[in-house]
Amino acid sequence: MMRIRLIWRKSLNVVMLTLTGVAAFAVVSVLFMILGYLIYNGGKSLNWAFFTQLPKPVGETGGGMANAIVGSMKLLVLAALMGLPVGLIAGVYLAEFGGRTFAFIVRYTTDLLNGVPSIVMGIFAYSLVVLPMKHFSTWAGGVALGIMVIPITLRATEEFLHSVPNSLREGAMALGASKWKTIATVILPAAKGGIITGMLLSLARVAGETAPLLFTAFGNQFWSPGFNQPIASLPVMIYTYAIAPYEDWHRQAWAAGLVLLGLVLLANVGTRLALSRGGGSRSV
Amino acid sequence: MASAAQGSDATAARLSPKVDKVEVSDHSAAASKKEAPVRFQISNLNFFYGAKQAVFDVNLSIPAKKVTALIGPSGCGKSTFLRTLNRMNELIRHSRVVGDIRLDGQDILQMDVVALRRRVGMVFQRPNPFPKSIYDNVAYGLRINGYKGRLDDLVEHSLRRAALWEEVKDYLHKSAFALSGGQQQRLCIARALAVDPEVLLLDEPCSALDPVTTAKIEELMFHLKDSCTMAIVTHNMQQAARASDFTAFMLDGKLIEHSETSKLFTTPHDPRTEAYITGRFG
Repeated sequence: MMRIRLIWRKSLNVVMLTLTGVAAFAVVSVLFMILGYLIYNGGKSLNWAFFTQLPKPVGETGGGMANAIVGSMKLLVLAALMGLPVGLIAGVYLAEFGGRTFAFIVRYTTDLLNGVPSIVMGIFAYSLVVLPMKHFSTWAGGVALGIMVIPITLRATEEFLHSVPNSLREGAMALGASKWKTIATVILPAAKGGIITGMLLSLARVAGETAPLLFTAFGNQFWSPGFNQPIASLPVMIYTYAIAPYEDWHRQAWAAGLVLLGLVLLANVGTRLALSRGGGSRSV
Repeated sequence: MASAAQGSDATAARLSPKVDKVEVSDHSAAASKKEAPVRFQISNLNFFYGAKQAVFDVNLSIPAKKVTALIGPSGCGKSTFLRTLNRMNELIRHSRVVGDIRLDGQDILQMDVVALRRRVGMVFQRPNPFPKSIYDNVAYGLRINGYKGRLDDLVEHSLRRAALWEEVKDYLHKSAFALSGGQQQRLCIARALAVDPEVLLLDEPCSALDPVTTAKIEELMFHLKDSCTMAIVTHNMQQAARASDFTAFMLDGKLIEHSETSKLFTTPHDPRTEAYITGRFG
């Protein structure tokens, strides 16, 4: 009797262990398959011209997406300038000042905002910026992405501020620091590693967004000086090129995908390195 | 409605420990007659966390340039009491202070809280250095108070007063987290001393430290008496006996007995004090 139960329990253990292992392996292998496929296809088509030249007209092969690379960066800078400060400051409010009811409403709204389909964000920015201006522009794209940056930044800020031990707040206040001085000189520096990681995550997420840009930044086959004209971006380029019926464009789309991923990865790793070198403030 | 209910509770509480109060004021009066001027005069202090009362009608005077120890079992309100002296408890929502606390004759509840905390420094139970360099930790209080003189000298002076200078003088710009627990606690003391407070409140400063480090901090307190008034909350009765001039025993939020340390530990007046210091409870 005992033996049978023991065997049953042992085999159940083995089955469960196998199941969790297989599930974990499936997740990782999907990621690596995407990455491998992207590197294989994109790497083949990637050359120096891709980074330096404008797209060639239909029918001509070669050319590059220099305008889209710069365009994506410009859009991200705009989104960062508009979205990150709002998210950060609102996050500070929620973590350090928020009352019960209002904070709950803000938190809940933020989660809803995070779940709004990105194309709806595009429509919103379209009616907010494009319609009054009567043309597509970098501004419009920046606004659409900027709004999408807010929720993740806000929740990351709030969470990492909550994780700063209260003893630091007390320590600063016991020395006569006012509340805002405590936050600015002790609490935010203590949480900066996590907050900046959250900001990067939010930027990395919107860097790959296509839908909000379709009718805000629109797209452009040429350079877009200033912020008032339609502008090319890597995700929209991928979309346009991937559904076109030309073999050469498909290859370019793969290359664009690889570059987009590479840029996001580079920014992420670079910032983390800079942070870890910057001082021992993460271990709080 | 709620506040009315609280009010009657408070009144009831104020009436019940009458007997203790008379005894206590006798003792503190006798003590302060002989001794230095009073720095903190606390009268009829009550403290509430929401509807729950944590401190009941405490009367206590803390003499200048002496060490006053607060002892008592866990949850007896001694930390809460200590934290009303620099108004740290205001950070807790729905908390309420009723009573009179005077620092050099001035009502601290009327004072600017920043000015008060500059004069009344605090060291906490667990070392809480900021995630900054050792130097920046000590300079923090000076910087936020807009000090314009030479920081270097004051940082050195404060670290010397906290008996930490020799150990850290070559690592001033290293992170404070690189220090051991005892060093961190002395750093926190240096940080509090940098703004030159008149009073230093110590909330169980040694409870997370080993005996050797504890001895260092007690010695440090002894030397600080020349310039600073101290009030220390401690769980450790030996520590109170060794390091303090006066001892106050609290139980269930009430001050049971307060007298010179030597007296309180040898000839306690109240049977509850005797029971506590002889280890029969707590």
